[in-house]
Amino acid sequence: MSRITELDLSPHPTATPPGRAALRQGLVEAGLQLRNGEQLLLSLLIPVAALMLGRFALPQLIDFAELAPSVLALALWSSGFTAVAIATGFERRYGVLERLASTPLQRRGLVLGKVIGVGLIATCQLVMLAVLALVLGWRPVGGAAPAVATLLTSVTAMAAFVAAALLLAGRLRAEITLAWANVAHLALALGGGILVPLAALPGPLATVVAFLPTGALGEAWRQLSTGAGAGLVIWAPLVVTAVWAAVLIGLATKGFRWMS
Amino acid sequence: MTTTAPALDAQGVTIRLGDRTVLDRVDLHVLPGQVTALLGPNGAGKTTLIRCCTGLLTPSSGRIVICGTTPTRACAEGRVGLMPQATGAWSQITAAELLAHLASLHTEPLDLEPLVELLDLTAHLRTPYRRLSGGQQQAVNLLGAIVGRPELVVLDEPTAGMDPRARRTTWELVGALAQAGTAVLLTTHDMAEAQSLGDRVAIIHHGRVRVDSTVAELTDSGRSLEEVFLEATEGRS
Repeated sequence: MSRITELDLSPHPTATPPGRAALRQGLVEAGLQLRNGEQLLLSLLIPVAALMLGRFALPQLIDFAELAPSVLALALWSSGFTAVAIATGFERRYGVLERLASTPLQRRGLVLGKVIGVGLIATCQLVMLAVLALVLGWRPVGGAAPAVATLLTSVTAMAAFVAAALLLAGRLRAEITLAWANVAHLALALGGGILVPLAALPGPLATVVAFLPTGALGEAWRQLSTGAGAGLVIWAPLVVTAVWAAVLIGLATKGFRWMS
Repeated sequence: MTTTAPALDAQGVTIRLGDRTVLDRVDLHVLPGQVTALLGPNGAGKTTLIRCCTGLLTPSSGRIVICGTTPTRACAEGRVGLMPQATGAWSQITAAELLAHLASLHTEPLDLEPLVELLDLTAHLRTPYRRLSGGQQQAVNLLGAIVGRPELVVLDEPTAGMDPRARRTTWELVGALAQAGTAVLLTTHDMAEAQSLGDRVAIIHHGRVRVDSTVAELTDSGRSLEEVFLEATEGRS
């Protein structure tokens, strides 16, 4: 008791500026993701394995110029959607969101922190995987315009993925979110235009997939890699992902529930 | 603190979720330097009221003023410290990382080292949160609530899962916080805790405050606080 009374416990509330608080939140989130084995598997190990497999084990079956950009798109899909949905579902269940929303971070800072965390992870992923792909022989032929279009498409696609993840995690129980996030991850990676080019999909399905954010992202990266797109075509994926981002952000803003 | 204005001033707070009234015209005041114990059966509306105090729920009618402003703004300014009833932490984060992160959200946080030692957490700082015992998690949550030196501390069942020694230390810490001028709102099912800590006791039942008085006034007729509680919460089913 005597030690407690020696302490200065008088109230003196202060708050870290919102931007800095969100940055700290983002760093914590990124750190936690990196030490999560399951997420690391999704974010890095599976993409690395896919690159190695495509380059050395199945080079006659898969064109590396299409595989490498597809794997980069897969990494973004994993980090932007699956990892965020699962992590947020459990944060909501464990009351992390409720606790942090009552701090100077606030709800806006929580979302911004999540975006920063995802952005950091995605950037690291892209750099590491792109370097590995280049070492393995990937030689993208697209010029400056396709590169800008792909970058912008990636940013807007990630915004759409994160919003979709928050919408899922903010409405369903954590276990249900976990299941659906994994199902959606696999289904759209294989049939949603991430790994399999639109040209390889059946006609009607390819038409639908071209208008999905996953399909647009995959095509943007493949256009950059192979130089297939020309003129205004290279900007089409950006239009698709931007529309999806706007719609999903609107839905997530309305539909997200902070408490389980 | 020289002001006598309530740190928490809830007036006529009503929360309706669908066709269910969870809080029904709740009035509650918590003064600086005082501990108010909020008692009530499970589902009485205690946690809902706390969520109103942190801005997560907006009353259907009535108003809540915290430190002279809205709950959301008070939280943004670091004036409110919440110790949640549930976990409130990532499972894989260590106690040290969680406390450092919560401290980093304030520019002049408490020096936690002596408090960590006091609550017997020093040896567990590198332990992931999920591997801490229930009582240790509660102790970490308590420190997380007060690290920003808030004017209003909201403690949702702060000693649940604690051993008697840790509970006693927590009581001393809560008492010291109040003595230093902090307003404390705590929920508990432990009548001894309410009696020991509470300057005032409010009993909520079916979303309405049935009793709001000092412990001395409630027990001066020779009744125990538990008897008062049972009487105020009759007809639960």
